[in-house]
Amino acid sequence: MKITPFIWPFTIGLLFISCFLLIIIGIWISSLSRIDKSRIIHSIFTIKSWLAIREIFMESLLHRKIFRKNPVLGYMHMSLAFGWFLLILVGHIEACNHYQTFSVPAYKAIFMRYFVTEPSTTLSGKILSASMDLLLLFVLSGVVLAYYKRANRRLFGMKKTTQLKTGDRIALTALWLIFPLRFMAESVSAGIHHNGSLISQPTGELLASVLPVQSIEMPLWWAYSGALGLFFMALPVSRYMHIPVEVVLIFLRNYGIKVQKRIGGYSRIQVYSCSRCGICLDSCQMTHAAIKDTQSVYVLKHIRNKNLTDEKLFNCLLCGRCQPDCPVGLELNNLRMTQRIESTKEYNSSYEYLKNGKIAVSRQTEVIYFAGCMTHLTPAIIKSMREIFAMASVKYWFMDEDKTACCGRPLMQVGQYEAAQKLIEHNRQQILGSGVKKLVVSCPICYKVFNEDYALPGIMVMHHSEYLLELMADKRLPINKLPLRVVYHDLCELGRGSGIYHQPRLLLDEYAELIPIKNERETAYCCGGSLANIKIQMNERNQIRDTALDEYLAYQPDMLATACPLCKKTFAKSNKLPIHDIAEIVYMAILQKDTSQPFKSKTKKEEKIKL
Amino acid sequence: MKNFGYTIIKQRTIDYDQFDGRLLNEVLEMEPSFKVCLSCGGCTATCSAGELVSFNVRRMNLLLRRGETLELESEIQKCMLCGKCMLVCPRGINLRNVIMLIKKSIAKYKPVNS
Repeated sequence: MKITPFIWPFTIGLLFISCFLLIIIGIWISSLSRIDKSRIIHSIFTIKSWLAIREIFMESLLHRKIFRKNPVLGYMHMSLAFGWFLLILVGHIEACNHYQTFSVPAYKAIFMRYFVTEPSTTLSGKILSASMDLLLLFVLSGVVLAYYKRANRRLFGMKKTTQLKTGDRIALTALWLIFPLRFMAESVSAGIHHNGSLISQPTGELLASVLPVQSIEMPLWWAYSGALGLFFMALPVSRYMHIPVEVVLIFLRNYGIKVQKRIGGYSRIQVYSCSRCGICLDSCQMTHAAIKDTQSVYVLKHIRNKNLTDEKLFNCLLCGRCQPDCPVGLELNNLRMTQRIESTKEYNSSYEYLKNGKIAVSRQTEVIYFAGCMTHLTPAIIKSMREIFAMASVKYWFMDEDKTACCGRPLMQVGQYEAAQKLIEHNRQQILGSGVKKLVVSCPICYKVFNEDYALPGIMVMHHSEYLLELMADKRLPINKLPLRVVYHDLCELGRGSGIYHQPRLLLDEYAELIPIKNERETAYCCGGSLANIKIQMNERNQIRDTALDEYLAYQPDMLATACPLCKKTFAKSNKLPIHDIAEIVYMAILQKDTSQPFKSKTKKEEKIKL
Repeated sequence: MKNFGYTIIKQRTIDYDQFDGRLLNEVLEMEPSFKVCLSCGGCTATCSAGELVSFNVRRMNLLLRRGETLELESEIQKCMLCGKCMLVCPRGINLRNVIMLIKKSIAKYKPVNS
């Protein structure tokens, strides 16, 4: 057997990356919290591990989620990932079969066509070498697509792609070279030794007829080994770190580990699992306002490179539109939140003055009504709710009629969790002290925080769209369908944030004619008014709003319906379309039934006079 | 002495030779929209925190420009960041960012100021 030094670039690279991964993943896992560690220990020998393996096969190898996004893009990723995986697997089986032992060193399998110069004689050997040729062809088809993607990414369903940094470029170049070089090296060896198969043999003979194959065989094997070694060496500083780290992530996610409020081992694993595919760029609405450097992919990149600025961190609506699209399933909003908490932890307010505020009093009512700060700027919603409560003879306590603290969510969205806790505790005492078991909220921002961060045992928190639906189902509200075509604008905090898509639609369907639209539910637009973004300027907010509004206008609705005072306020400024809250529509419909007057959507001026 | 209900006003001279403009400059540089504030007071009228405690958003601008950092620091703590001020502002000033920038800059320059 020939002993040759060309195996060293590959072997050193493989050793380096194996040690590096062992150390860094070990550090991350050891820095998990004690609860998370016990989660791993208790789940490792359960079905969860099997589910994780299945997910790794479906997502990391077959790339099912990318297939759903675009078949060509999916095929490109699958051929590279699944094809390469099979090349390694089948290559090792072939080597084990040839040497008749299970302990074959990696280099002997990878460079087998160099070491084994005689063609295989057994049937199994022939089948294996033929399938290796076909697999290499499969991977090469992916590489060709990857070249082509740089020239025409529209074919792959992508409008934008990420900017690469030096480490990425080195690794990408190495990756693009690995498979063509392997094919060339194997073909040239086949041309000399006649040890090729289906494809490499004819190619080798063709090359032998035109090229001095004897003199280029060695340089080609060197180049192939060098490309592999370079790829392994560049892996830690490139986006391809996602390949090994994603596997760890999928296991931990299946064991029930989630991103916490603080930066820790798991949030680092999430950050390194980002493949920077750029799929999140297309769904981000910030691009409608020409803001192109604050998207999740760039924030994760900056976290990794430790150069994230507040300007980028806080320039995000936290609408969550990018999350359903992420092929790795990263918790993009939560990762951004951990950074915001870290960035603002030094200046949380204490709100001492709340101690002199209202004291909890027991109320004998059916519900508590919490309008929310924003709803106080849209008095039509409060008026409609008051009238509806009266119609359905519901006794209610208007908790934030005056002098009430904010719900705390706007503080949390900019990372001030500690400060928000003070407001939460203050409001919580009042809610619990009232003894009422149902809390109706008009603002989705408040709804989310009441539901998730207030510990309110035995109290049912409902958004007013849910509550009105309940009143309607209990026949406490009359039904009257208005002859109006309505587009419903899904709300980030209620829809993607809390998973409530169905109830507002059921309610609207009874009181108006609801038009289905393209971007709704998980892919619904943000209005642009989000409180989570403190860096965006008003004109940029308007651009985001207008892009969303233009799409709604294409359906020629009579009115736009929302269930969020902030969305209403944001859209109302454009004056392009009448916009009403779901409570207003219900109230108007009932009013029209009582007085049998035709309902006319009011202009802003008329509405103001009436109120 | 007979008490007429009047007190002597404390010395409130602002010495502009001692003026530390770093806070002001940083806030205005990071959030230029704050330069166009016309002190209409809409923000103060709608303020949620202002309902609960004596707190005046508009006055933040004055305190910031006068360099009264100590008073600014205790005042700014009262804001609950609900965002109503931003929605009523006729000049579209990004007030929540102004508040966060002031809080951040105070924390940054604190050792010098106090």
